[in-house]
Amino acid sequence: MTSLAPRAAKRLRLSNTPRSVCTDCRRTFASSVRAQQQQQPASSQHARQDEKTTHFGFDTVAENLKASRVAAVFSSVASNYDTMNDLMSLGIHRLWKDHFVRSLNPGIRPTTSAQPQGQRILDIAGGTGDIAFRMLDHATNINRDTQTSVIVSDINPEMLGEGRKRFSTSPYQAAGRVSFMEANAEQLDQVESNSIDLYTVAFGIRNFTHKQKALEEAFRVLKPGGVFACLEFAPNLNNPVMNAVYKRWSFGAIPLIGQIVAADRDSYQYLVESIEKFPSQQEFAGMIRDAGFLLPGQRPEDEVVKAGWEDLTMGIAAIHKGVKPA
Amino acid sequence: MKPTTISPLSLKRVLALPPQLRSRTFSILNRPPPNYAGHVPLTLVERGALALGSAFGSLRNPHRHDLIAALGEATAKPYFVSRLRRAMLENPTGRRILKDQPRISSQTMSLEKLRQLPDNTVGRAYAAWLDREGVTPDTRDAVKYIDDPEEAYVMQRYRETHDFTHAITGLPVIIEGELAIKAFEFANTVLPMTALSLVAVVRLKPIERKRFFETYLPWALSNGLKAEEVVNVYWEEELATDVDVLRRRLGIEKPPDLREIRQVLKDQKKAEKAAREARERLGAATGV
Repeated sequence: MTSLAPRAAKRLRLSNTPRSVCTDCRRTFASSVRAQQQQQPASSQHARQDEKTTHFGFDTVAENLKASRVAAVFSSVASNYDTMNDLMSLGIHRLWKDHFVRSLNPGIRPTTSAQPQGQRILDIAGGTGDIAFRMLDHATNINRDTQTSVIVSDINPEMLGEGRKRFSTSPYQAAGRVSFMEANAEQLDQVESNSIDLYTVAFGIRNFTHKQKALEEAFRVLKPGGVFACLEFAPNLNNPVMNAVYKRWSFGAIPLIGQIVAADRDSYQYLVESIEKFPSQQEFAGMIRDAGFLLPGQRPEDEVVKAGWEDLTMGIAAIHKGVKPA
Repeated sequence: MKPTTISPLSLKRVLALPPQLRSRTFSILNRPPPNYAGHVPLTLVERGALALGSAFGSLRNPHRHDLIAALGEATAKPYFVSRLRRAMLENPTGRRILKDQPRISSQTMSLEKLRQLPDNTVGRAYAAWLDREGVTPDTRDAVKYIDDPEEAYVMQRYRETHDFTHAITGLPVIIEGELAIKAFEFANTVLPMTALSLVAVVRLKPIERKRFFETYLPWALSNGLKAEEVVNVYWEEELATDVDVLRRRLGIEKPPDLREIRQVLKDQKKAEKAAREARERLGAATGV
């Protein structure tokens, strides 16, 4: 009977088994891997003790390596990005992006315009051009503004390539109203200070290594009175029952869809983990305020952040806005 | 530790257990730690969804070898991969393979050295087959979804030695050849994925299907059943063995050369087409 005990333990899959459980049915290969994992739980990249670390999903990596790990993820997902977005959000991401752009109302009517050259919009992490296209369509068709231009910026050249492809047959490319810039949002050296009317970042900021730095760069490049707008996933829903369902969809179905459609489970596992690690709506609004922005709906003298964001679809995503003081 | 017997579950019994033992299965949000590098523990629902999704995905796009691999892993438990591991444990060479756990990749198999082996050896046939078909030993995905590390190795070994099975039977990488090999592997290893891939027969042209059902399927099933377990062959040690000797030892007959048959038929069709065009031109010229 005692010989059954180790096999029974294996069958039961105890998640908190002490490491001394009999492992004669496990090969040295597996136990040496596990021993290695125990010795180096903190870093998968051998970060030294004095090096700063940050999170990459649920992993911990050296700060200077996060950008390249994120780059690898997005190079790998670039070609199926839009298909995967449709599958993961069941198409709802289109509604979110439409609402995001409509609520910002880009473009200035030419007759009342004090700015005949149109608005300058900077779309950060805008790789595949979803938001940029919507902005230009809205400005042109709703506000009859044919001068507003968008700079699409992304750190990843493959994503930017997808964007270029999307715009190649559009009239905006021909009219010179869209340009592409490969840049790190934490260091926008190519953009002059006080030169942008509208800074948008949709589903990008959770991948940045230093979000606060990116927010400060946004503050620098915006004109006084310019608007910062961010569309991003929130880590938890407001309703606890829906939150439980949502979490199981995120951690179960999304990596599975990634495996089947895009042959890449790991990138989608990273994506859902990075959502989990993102600050809550209130915390993020606090970070935006710390960068110097005024939050809409919040009095500047109030300590506690109570406004500055709008929840979408029960809190799966949120739009944060800030205005640079004049 | 108290031995736990599998007794019928009643709520009272379950609640009487200490907290750790209560979680006999895990949930999506509470996955156990991986058992080996790259291991992803899946719940039953996830495994079912993976099996369905990869089955239809690989039928739609047979070039997605990663989906075929995932299908194999999702359908291997319960029983099938365990049976294969037991078959390895019952054989002395199989036991050695499980102890050494050799891996096949372009680092461990030097193709230059294999090409220099005498003709008609296993190693030479393997290298020649890889060159003829234009593939390398590096195209196999790592096993992710099988929980037990040794069974995961068994699956990995099966995957990596698939090319050797190709080499000693001489069947090509085209879909016809792959289906014949899968039928052979089903009769030999009883892995469900091999049987499920045979659904791809619907993608064959009618003449190919006829050839498959008349020649290759009967060959595959009869040879797969009477042959020794191919997974028990220590390929790394058999590289210098004569191919015919190995085939005889395993009990496998060589099937008709598929590429030759297709080439002969293609040439025949070309000849017929040329003759027909010549006749038409003649007819047009003479007004007949």
